[in-house]
Amino acid sequence: MNVGVVVFPGSNCDRDVVWVTQGLLNQPTRMIWHEDSDLSDIDVVIVPGGFSYGDYLRCGAIARFSPVMQATIKHAEQGKFVLGICNGFQVLTEAGLLPGALVRNRDLHFVCDRVPLSVERTDLPWTNHYRTGEVITLPIAHGEGSYYADADTLKSLEDNHQVLFRYCSAEGKSDPLSNPNGSLNQIAGICNHQGNVLGMMPHPERASDPSLGGTDGLRLFEGMLSAIATIS
Amino acid sequence: MPVIASAPFSAEEIAAEGIKPEEYADIVQRLGRHPNKAELGMFGVMWSEHCCYKNSRPLLKQFPTEGDKILVGPGENAGVIDLGDGLQLAFKIESHNHPSAVEPFQGAATGVGGILRDIFTMGARPIALLNSLRFGSLDDAKTRRLFTGVVAGISHYGNCVGVPTVGGEVYFDPAYSGNPLVNVMALGLMETTEIVKSGAKGIGNPVLYVGSTTGRDGMGGASFASAELSDRSMDDRPAVQVGDPFLEKSLIEACLEAFKTGAVVAAQDMGAAGLTCSTSEMAAKGGVGIELDLDLIPARETGMVPYEYLLSESQERMLFVAHKGREQELIDIFKRWELQAVVAGTVIEESIVRILFKGEIAAEIPATALSDNTPIYHHELLKEPPDYARQAWEWSRDRLPTCNEKGIELASGFLTWNQVLLKLLDSPTIASKRWVYRQYDHQVQNNTVTLPGGADAAVVRVRPLANASSSSFVADPSSLTKGVAATVDCNARYVYLHPYEGAKAAVAEAARNLSCVGADPIAVTDNLNFGSPENPIGYWQLAEACRGLAEACTEFSTPVTGGNVSLYNETLDSDGKPAPIYPTPVIGMVGLIPDLSRIAGQGWKTEGDMIYLLGLEVNTPSESVTLGASEYLASLHSTIAGKPPTIDFSLERAVQTACRDGIRRGWIQSAHDSAEGGFAIALAESCLSGQYGAEITVDASPDRWDHLLFAEGGARIIVSVSREHQSDWETYLNLQLDAHWQKIGQVGGRSLRISTANHLWLIDATIAEMQCSWQDAIERRLAV
Repeated sequence: MNVGVVVFPGSNCDRDVVWVTQGLLNQPTRMIWHEDSDLSDIDVVIVPGGFSYGDYLRCGAIARFSPVMQATIKHAEQGKFVLGICNGFQVLTEAGLLPGALVRNRDLHFVCDRVPLSVERTDLPWTNHYRTGEVITLPIAHGEGSYYADADTLKSLEDNHQVLFRYCSAEGKSDPLSNPNGSLNQIAGICNHQGNVLGMMPHPERASDPSLGGTDGLRLFEGMLSAIATIS
Repeated sequence: MPVIASAPFSAEEIAAEGIKPEEYADIVQRLGRHPNKAELGMFGVMWSEHCCYKNSRPLLKQFPTEGDKILVGPGENAGVIDLGDGLQLAFKIESHNHPSAVEPFQGAATGVGGILRDIFTMGARPIALLNSLRFGSLDDAKTRRLFTGVVAGISHYGNCVGVPTVGGEVYFDPAYSGNPLVNVMALGLMETTEIVKSGAKGIGNPVLYVGSTTGRDGMGGASFASAELSDRSMDDRPAVQVGDPFLEKSLIEACLEAFKTGAVVAAQDMGAAGLTCSTSEMAAKGGVGIELDLDLIPARETGMVPYEYLLSESQERMLFVAHKGREQELIDIFKRWELQAVVAGTVIEESIVRILFKGEIAAEIPATALSDNTPIYHHELLKEPPDYARQAWEWSRDRLPTCNEKGIELASGFLTWNQVLLKLLDSPTIASKRWVYRQYDHQVQNNTVTLPGGADAAVVRVRPLANASSSSFVADPSSLTKGVAATVDCNARYVYLHPYEGAKAAVAEAARNLSCVGADPIAVTDNLNFGSPENPIGYWQLAEACRGLAEACTEFSTPVTGGNVSLYNETLDSDGKPAPIYPTPVIGMVGLIPDLSRIAGQGWKTEGDMIYLLGLEVNTPSESVTLGASEYLASLHSTIAGKPPTIDFSLERAVQTACRDGIRRGWIQSAHDSAEGGFAIALAESCLSGQYGAEITVDASPDRWDHLLFAEGGARIIVSVSREHQSDWETYLNLQLDAHWQKIGQVGGRSLRISTANHLWLIDATIAEMQCSWQDAIERRLAV
């Protein structure tokens, strides 16, 4: 699996992702500068967390215009894999690869915590190493992670089963108290209609290294790895 | 005729730069002429306490600064220690108190930015931040604004720049109402083969200005930081800088990349006193001079005069000396990160700082006059402790209302010990700081081993991202076994009531906290936050605290590698009457963890584990375990009096060694020191953190039950040990600690229950009710 990790000025989880794909999973991984647009050698493009270009206008609003994102859109159109984590998810919605938007957290504060998530669907490479309905724990760290979309978009997301991760209680119940940021329908991560583009606010790369505790995030990368191994 | 009478400035203009009349005379003598406006401003900032330590330098001399592991001590941008295996750690603490008092968000944010620059200027990648914060009472609306603003500012800057905020402390006390304290500590891992120093070298070498542009923001911040706050301080808001964490993140990457080229001779960040400080310090340290042309400095505003260029504290700027001929290589790196980079000057032989502006000399001052050979004030130390201290020391516990095994009769009515416990857990200083640390990204960089609130010190894995010669990542995760632990500590009430003992206690607690996670304490960075040294009581507090700090750092073999001095932390009311803060020497301490698989958190781990008290026994009324200066006395009896517990260094070292050994041998499951709130609160915190109850039996019939439950001190650590290791552990304890340990109970149930051997129940509180008091105590007070 050839992994490309996008680096914008202001990205700050780029190396954390590289640590997982290259350091823990031994996959060839390359960092892609925001001005580059050659992704021909890449199987999976990962848009990492951080504050691309400072996020001063609106999270991800500037990043979508970068050469690397234009190339990433083409990469996705070819049916190849794209994963956006945290700021990466925001960038993917701004770039139009995923529907909806991420707005300011409900209580207006940045929130860094570990939260339970239910895995809603496991027939995609991203989640095929999880069990459907399984409750996993992943770290979150964002100020603008409240998922918003209009009613029609939400309905089509649900009808097409595009919600992959939902905030839930430790017992797997979907209740408002376990919603850390006010996301509609408790949405933590969604994919596009084809399923090759995933955006999620939680950080799977922060729950991958056994020496730091939880490893619920590692299975997402492993799932991707086995899917790509099957294709090639 | 005094020289000041012939000055081209009025007495008010001179005073406005923070310069005293006798200092002005000194300046004239050194220059052989009157200074111009720009030069006067340069002297004003460089001779401020913040930059030249004119009041504290004689006291700082007594600190131990050398040791086997110390690679860089005081005098550089940060201290550096050796972690073995080629790993080196840079660390430093700094205050941003006065800016935060008038503009909490930017004041705190730029405090984070400033300390990070001190770290990466050395060639180290910042890997962790901690902060030590003090505010007035949350009942006060102004304090709530300051507190929420400071937390938001730290969150804004630290999160964006991508350095995890892994630990810290927050205290609330009316002593800080008008003058909050914001101290930030940063740690970094060296990424360059050579530590980058700040002394300019090589006559003719180019001086590069890199980073952000220069504007009129933060004018005279260093002088502002070295004066008392008053009800007119809000007018000084322009002296507070505005930070841009995004730019700083790019600056980190660009600087580290630049250092790795080998083209950089020396580097210095522009913090306090901006261009003035960086040019004069680099020149003075290198024994050379610097000529700088202001017309070449990238400006963000038009029409700036030399005075403004030189005193601006615009953020995210650095000064480099480069090898001649290699400047373009460096400029290209900065351009790639969309940052400014220009050659703005040259290293010259004559040891002066010469500033050019529009083709003329705008300022010319001997470099050492600004940064080395600066004024020193020796103050007279009071022969006797001041009245406030002597009166406080007369307090004895006999003055407390009577109590029995059930509780205590207060003016407000009878409180059971359970109620007292819950009340203490609800006091914001003891309560959970979750509201604060949830707003800080504490996991970015993927190395955070213990989460905030989970252990007595922060633990971060040491994982070099790249070595100097290549950008390849360390491939083998199993080789990454080392960690660093860090903590910031100071019980300022102790220091106020007894500066010497209080300062010793701060160092001892820092070392104890590191030991509780299993780390060997290595070195200290200190932040001395005090009132005015010109006031005899203020100077007595400073001098006595420095004496205690020096002695304790020697006793624990933890040399001081640098730090920060913040004096004049006072608020003047409209009548000019000063109200100083509690003297607060914050100790930032770092330690080494050789094997990350052998560490401990503060929460109970397993039902049935045995609980031990290390240190002085539960019922020891002595100078080392006392209700004097305690949180119980302050919170429940509104009394700030008594003497704080004294420190027994040999007992401290023995207990801390036992704790570390127990952790490394795999015996100890959890370890937590007994600090504010004493024995009972420490037990409650282990219950809350681990979500298990505990059955505790104390074999004692004390004359005061509150002493048994809530007295502080005694070098105490509470540990839990699995049953299978009980006999090994106890054999070891008999050898290591003699009689200074007790088996006091075991982990289990859903309540903390403390009873005596003859079945008197003192405490019986469920985890749920303790949680209810403790968890949201801060949020509840903010919700008004």
